[in-house]
Amino acid sequence: MFELIVRDRCTGCNRCVEACPTNVLEPGPDKVPVAARIEQCQTCFMCELYCASDAIYVGPDRDERHAVNEAEIVASGLLGQFRRDSGWDEWADDPRYRCQIWKLGPYIQAGFKQSTERVQQRLARKAVEPVAATSSVGTIAARPESSLKRNP
Amino acid sequence: MAETVRSGAPGPLQIETDVLVVRGGMAACSAAVSAAKAGARVVLVDKGYVGTSGVTATGGPGHWWVSPKGSARAEAIEKHWIAGCGLADRGWMERIIDTTWRTLPTLSPYYRFDVNERGQTVYNALRGPEYLRALRHAALDAGVTILDQSPVLELLLHDDGSAAGANGLRRQSQQPYTARAGAVILATGGCGFLGGLLGSGTNTGDGHLMAVEAGAELSGMEFSNAYSVSPRWNSTRTLIYAYARYYDAEGKELDVLPRNGVLGRALIEGPVYARLHDCPDGLRKSLPQIQPMTLLPFVRKGIDPYSDPFEVKLFAEGTIRGTGGLRIVGDHCQTTIGGLFAAGDTATRELIAGAVSGGGSPNSAWALTSGLLSGQAAAELARTRGRRVSEKARAQGTAGLRPRSTARRVDRPGVLKVAQDEILPLDKNLFRSGPKLRASLGRLETAWREIRDHDQAQGADAVAARETAAVVATARLCYTAALTRDESRGMHERSDTWAERPDRARRLLIGGLDDVWTRPEAQEGWKATHV
Repeated sequence: MFELIVRDRCTGCNRCVEACPTNVLEPGPDKVPVAARIEQCQTCFMCELYCASDAIYVGPDRDERHAVNEAEIVASGLLGQFRRDSGWDEWADDPRYRCQIWKLGPYIQAGFKQSTERVQQRLARKAVEPVAATSSVGTIAARPESSLKRNP
Repeated sequence: MAETVRSGAPGPLQIETDVLVVRGGMAACSAAVSAAKAGARVVLVDKGYVGTSGVTATGGPGHWWVSPKGSARAEAIEKHWIAGCGLADRGWMERIIDTTWRTLPTLSPYYRFDVNERGQTVYNALRGPEYLRALRHAALDAGVTILDQSPVLELLLHDDGSAAGANGLRRQSQQPYTARAGAVILATGGCGFLGGLLGSGTNTGDGHLMAVEAGAELSGMEFSNAYSVSPRWNSTRTLIYAYARYYDAEGKELDVLPRNGVLGRALIEGPVYARLHDCPDGLRKSLPQIQPMTLLPFVRKGIDPYSDPFEVKLFAEGTIRGTGGLRIVGDHCQTTIGGLFAAGDTATRELIAGAVSGGGSPNSAWALTSGLLSGQAAAELARTRGRRVSEKARAQGTAGLRPRSTARRVDRPGVLKVAQDEILPLDKNLFRSGPKLRASLGRLETAWREIRDHDQAQGADAVAARETAAVVATARLCYTAALTRDESRGMHERSDTWAERPDRARRLLIGGLDDVWTRPEAQEGWKATHV
């Protein structure tokens, strides 16, 4: 969840207030945004992406906040990492951060193929070396093989 | 004729336009650009911010991408038609593939497409935040007026039952608005039931509720039980899990094939852990530029996902990666309400996916194309019929706005939890059975009556009230359809009726607000009744 805004870095532009898809933030009395509706935070990191001064830190948990030490966060190098890896703003022409989303499809297909073959080999080995049947919970029955349908 | 945005302070903002687009994700932007290019004045009202809201903004969608050369398209269509268990439509698939093929390259002025290792431009894979940023710019350049942070609360209908506009709230200034338009496009996304799926916090089924209130028909709502794997503590993008190995609490490896129920069953039995040590080096190196968001939660939690085991969860994707939504009639994404169009995940995607999930690629192609088609038709309707602003328009909102009985305080988080406890759990929604669905529907009905009969919210509070009502209403539609479909087909599997029944090979329509009804699209053979 949204954790903190580093006040020294915040310019008070309130771009994050505008860009938060779930309206978590609002301008504070000194223009530095405050998390007025933290329960609406969906941990999507979009506020970090839209903060050109890298002042925002979002924590890793979706459901809970953790007290964080501002000095440690600033020293960690995590601020601005998402915006830089995304090649936004001043990083737009840096070849190290060029988008490579085109690799998504090939890697997913290769991964599914690799994982499927590996598991099928395991299952085939088990078929020749009988093992104890795994339990099924309550009414959760596996669909019979005979009715399994085509998978896209 | 210019669109009018009059701010008569104090009091509501009055908007008059040709085409009103509700929400601001991929389908909404596509619709807005298309309507504007067809010559209409367009106002787009989004609950969040156009650029970050909706599930595409946090994602990285591929698109169904098949060359027109040779027989590739015919083969792709046949493969998907078979996978869709008889409920898809070949003509729609062809139209989606062809329109996507022709449309994506036109985004080149706004989006810097990748170039692959062979020097070819790749048009079908886009990264979410940059994609939505591009669509925002395209919409603004086309002359679309965008109102961010302006959730719609209810639809307006003319006396003849056709769409007249919507009421909403500019939630950062607390100013209500009324928007009148000659045509309305709903692009509110699917419903993720606030179950925590990445980016789905805005996708609460608002359009489903508003459409049902207006009398619209939906279709395929039983195909609403997609799930995706992520760390237990946060939903992330899922590329890396293609390489995952899964283990139970004792460290015994589980035989989890991609896309089957083994993981779901294991998660019901106890905690499951993933390890990603099989991810190839090339993927590890380029992941921050493929999906920059994926590693953030791991790094910040102090976990190296390539060596440390971590607990996983299946996050409900509801009707987002599920398939059901508003019924489409005609070739331009018209709904069964005059002047009301549906685009993207708001609409049923059975036409291209049938009884299975369209997955990311066909669903993205659908969002782009259904937006484009609905935008064209909405612009045409507004041109021929006009804005009709002098006619009377009646507000249709019910639950959360106009209680059926005495208004009193409603424990809204409690109502939401009742609905989530029925619709999110794997043992109820992934592994379905008639008796379980019937029991869940009883509890959903109680939750619905509480919010429907008593909740009356105003101002910003109304947004939350309507979201809660929409989640409950959508869950009811999903399970009523699932109970009516007394067979197993595609993603809808029932342990009390495993077989796919030949006489059920038709789409199941559903509608109704307080009294939910169901009806097979073609009547022969299957006489489904009220549940």
